[in-house]
This record gives sequence, structure tokens and C-alpha cells, in this order.
Amino acid sequence: MAAMTPTPAPATPDATPDTASGTTAPAAAAPAGPSVKARAPRRRPRPRVWRAAVFLLAGAYFLVPLVASFVFTVHVPGQGVSFEAYTQLLAADGFTESMLLSLGLAAATIALSLLLAVPALVAVRLGSPRLRPVVEVMCMLPLVVPPIALVTGITTVLRWGPEHLSRTPLYQTFLAVQDERFPVVLVLAYTVLALPFVYRSLDAGMRAVDVPTLVEAARSCGASWPYVVLRVLLPNLRASLAGAAFLTLALVLGEFTIASLLGFRPFAVWIVTISGAHARMSVAVSVLSLLITWLLLLVLSRAGTNPATVSSAPSTSPTSRKES
Amino acid sequence: MSPSTPTSHPEGTPAGGGTTNRRRRRGPRTWLAALPLLAFTGLCFGIPLGAIAFGAVTRTDPSTGTTQLTGEHLARSLQGPYLDSLIGSVQLSALTALIGGVLGVLIAQAVVTSRSQALRSAALTASGVLANFGGVPLAFAFIATVGISGVVTQLADLTGFGWNLYSFTGLTVVYLYFLIPLMVLVIAPALDGLRPQWREAAQNNGATGRQFWRHVGLPVLAPSLLGGFVLLFGTAFAAHATAAALVGGSVPLVTLKIADALSGNVLTGQENVALALGLDMILIAGLVMAVYLPLQRRSARWLR
Repeated sequence: MAAMTPTPAPATPDATPDTASGTTAPAAAAPAGPSVKARAPRRRPRPRVWRAAVFLLAGAYFLVPLVASFVFTVHVPGQGVSFEAYTQLLAADGFTESMLLSLGLAAATIALSLLLAVPALVAVRLGSPRLRPVVEVMCMLPLVVPPIALVTGITTVLRWGPEHLSRTPLYQTFLAVQDERFPVVLVLAYTVLALPFVYRSLDAGMRAVDVPTLVEAARSCGASWPYVVLRVLLPNLRASLAGAAFLTLALVLGEFTIASLLGFRPFAVWIVTISGAHARMSVAVSVLSLLITWLLLLVLSRAGTNPATVSSAPSTSPTSRKES
Repeated sequence: MSPSTPTSHPEGTPAGGGTTNRRRRRGPRTWLAALPLLAFTGLCFGIPLGAIAFGAVTRTDPSTGTTQLTGEHLARSLQGPYLDSLIGSVQLSALTALIGGVLGVLIAQAVVTSRSQALRSAALTASGVLANFGGVPLAFAFIATVGISGVVTQLADLTGFGWNLYSFTGLTVVYLYFLIPLMVLVIAPALDGLRPQWREAAQNNGATGRQFWRHVGLPVLAPSLLGGFVLLFGTAFAAHATAAALVGGSVPLVTLKIADALSGNVLTGQENVALALGLDMILIAGLVMAVYLPLQRRSARWLR
């Protein structure tokens, strides 16, 4: 119960400065067990109280940083309200380039991971069930390797280029992969990081639609293979494809570790670079990036036929990688 | 994706032909469709991984160019400041996972037992977004809120209470911002799976609410709870961007130490220590996953 206090700490000063952390936190924590007991004899009053308290505290903790960040960006001490941080954004040095680079990387990563994962998963469902554990392990293994550890390995491998391979044709590949304008090496690394989430999302989707039956039905109606894949399989997997794409997009847009240590400057690295000189703008971009993520998730749950699959895709330990 | 799948089973499914015949024909070809994925992971994941393992246990003499096996880097990664950073990371991860787990369960229980469907879906969607809201943007949002010149800091005079965002405590508060929603996402299905019939059955047998939780609720939830804790631990342990943007080097964390060793202009030996630290991290994260995956499978048994 004592553990309750650290969390509300940043939230409470804004809402109810002095009393909140002292009085409401224990009230929220204590009834976790009793709420059940209270149900049989007098059901209404107590559960509602503790639930309301939990929601209130949680809402305060999660909303205060967002609201305060927004206030921080529009309120200049001594000058009043101004939206300069947002209006100057497009003109800011490097914003467009880094954003375009991040979006390009995201598109390439989504395409590559889906191109790799979809055929493999369909194949595993249709004809080679014995390969299934192999594919699963290969896709889930990147979860074990934190991005910061992966990047140590990548830098080591990249150093082999100039050290050992400078006289072989492979050296050109090493250089091309590290091109400043479009670093393919980031796409490869991000695809590795995204595979676990793509795999889970697609696997959940395929479990729901029974791929073999669909394929056999379509084939016995005379559909060609391209037709089966494009008009039968993919539309049925739409929700899980969208879920996989969303998770990958969120991962790539927020990725900082690998890009910064390899010396490239996509969006997340750019925010850090400008934070010294333009603190307000870096916070404004942070707020915007959260809003964009939110919007994407909403669009996604509309686009996906079954919202349940979409929400279950992030629920399988989704994210985690992004902030690494 | 379309081109490779079709070619892989051109005459896979039609019911003609004997089953044995068909299987023989189909087997190797579907195998081919999974080949790009396996080759890719082997190449882009296996080689860096091998480089980490190789670099962590070998030493190359710069003058002669010979490579020999050594345990020196691993030993150094478990000494002095490096050991401190490992311990700091484990402490921070364990603390945040514990607090985040407890609070996440409370919120999830409040969400699951609430009768309002709108609130429920809103809370779960928000959890999905907030659990994604890590890294650099999160750090800046907190700097703007409770940093030195943050909005809330100045309104409530937090510095007067000894508040400092750029510390272990500050980092804990920031990490909880994405760990709690993650716990809500992981544990909500498990709480949903606690069937009302079980409680009714316990009540019909004369059990009190406490007895129900003690003998039915907690044992059923235990694998999910422990699994959620382990997942939170692993997430906090691997987190780097948030800490890098927030505290720089003032809190000893292993991810920050690795980044320092990689990006700083340091001696060549330092790179191998970074690799050894990376290997340490992989071992710890591997341990975490080795606990998590079986637990998740076990909890799935009850939650169909």
C-alpha cells in the first residue's frame, strides 16, 4: 500500500495540492479485496467509491503530464499564450527531412516485415506444420535481445567492413547499407525488432480465419493462386495486417537507440538534437507525436473489421520496444 | 507477399491424388515460402548476435592481429561502475515492475468490473496508446511537467519538497507512465477470465470474499500476475531512450553505460566491454523470457 504514493505524487499537486496524496490514496488501495465482499450484502456504495477513486487518481496521473506539456508549449512566461512552437515547426531546420526519413523507414520496414512474415505464416498453416515452432522461435527471439544490445552487435559487424572486407565487392554493400539519405541498415534492424509483434498480430488473425479451409474453398471454386492470396486471404487478414502495420509504425517513429548510436538522424533523434535550443518546440513535437499515435489507433480500429483483434494485437505486450 | 506464396504451392490443395503423394509434393514447396524469413533472421539477427558473443569472449591484439579467447571482458563488465549500473538497472526495473504491477491490477480490476462499456473500451484503447508512448517524447512531456522549469513544478513549488525529476525516483515515476498501461493490457483479459460462476460456487459453499481470493482467485491469476511482472521487468530493463533523454548519466543504468562505451571516444578495449555488457543484458532478458513464456502458456489454460 505504501507503494501507492510514488505514483500519484506528480499528479496530485495539480488537482488537490495538499490533501490528495494523504487521504485518497489509501482509500483507493485498501478496498481491493473488500470490494468483492461488499458485493453480496450491499452492492452499490462501496465498489463505486473505490472504483471512482482509482479512476480519478489514474486519470490525474495520466492526464496531468499531457495537459501540462500542452500548457508548457503555448504559454510563454511574461508573454501570454502563443502558438509559435507549433507554427514554426514546419520551418524548423531538419524537421521535414527527419520526419520524411522516419516515414520512409517506417514504410520500408512495414513492407519488408510483412513480405517476410505473411508467406512464412501462410506456408506454416498450409503445408509445413512441423516448421511452425522454428518460425515461432525465430520471430520471438528478438524479444530477448534489447535494442541497445543489438546495436552493439550491429556496430561490430559494420566495423568489419573497413577492417576486413575493404578489398572485396562486399565492401560496397556495407557502404550502400549505411547511406545517410536512406540507411538500409536501420530498416533491417527495425524489421528484426518488429518481427515479434508482426508475428503475434498475424498469428492471432490467422487463428481466427482458418486459412486452410478458406484456401481449399477458393481453390475448388477455381480461383488462381494470386486470386486466392489477394482477394481471399489478405482481405480476411485485414485487421491483423493493419495491427501489425500500426505497431511497426509506432516502433519506427519512436525509435531512438539504434538510430542515434549508429549516427543517423530520424525523427526521434532530431527531437533530442533540438531540445537544447528549442525546448518548447521539442515538447510540442512530443505532444503532436502522441496525438498522431492516438489518431492512427482510432483510424485503425475503424478500418479493421473487428476491433477486438486490433485491441488484442497491442495487448500482447506490444510496445515496449519502442521506448527502449 | 503475393508473388512468393503462389509459386510455393502451385497445386497444393486440390483433393485429387493420393494423400501421401500430395504431401510429398507439397512439403518441400511450402517450406520455400518460409525460407526468406528464416534466412533474414539468420542473417540480420544471427550475425550481430554472434558478433556480440564472439567479441565478448575474445581479445584481438592490435599489433599482431591475433585473436584469443579471454574471460576478461565479461569479468570487467561485472566489476566496479559496470556492476553498479547492472545493479541499478535491476533495482529500477524490479521496483517499477512491482509498483506498476500492483497499480495496473487495481486499474484493470476497476475497468473490468465497471458496467459502462464505453468507459471500458476507452480505458483499454488509452492503455494501448499510453503503453506505446515511451521513449523520447515521454521524457520531454515529463520535463515540461515536472522538470526544473516545468509547469507543475512551478505551480506547486515541488523543488521545495525536494523533488528532482533527474533522479532514481523521478525515473521511476516516468517509467510507470508506460508500465502501468502495459500491465492493464496484459492483466485485463485474465481478470475478465475470472468467471462469475466460480465466485457463486464459492459463495454457495460458504466462502467469504477473502477466502475466494485466497483459494480460487489468486491461484488462477498467479501465472498472469507473475507473467505481467516479469514482462514489466523486462521492458523497464531494456528501456534506454527515456533514460537517455531524461537523466543522461546521473543515474547508473546499464543501457546508458553501453551507449557511453559505444559512442564515447574511448579505448578499444571499451568496445568489447560494451559487447560483454550486451551479453549480460541478453542473458538477463533471456532469463526473464524463459520465465514469462511458460507462465503465459499456463495462464492461457484457464482463460479460454
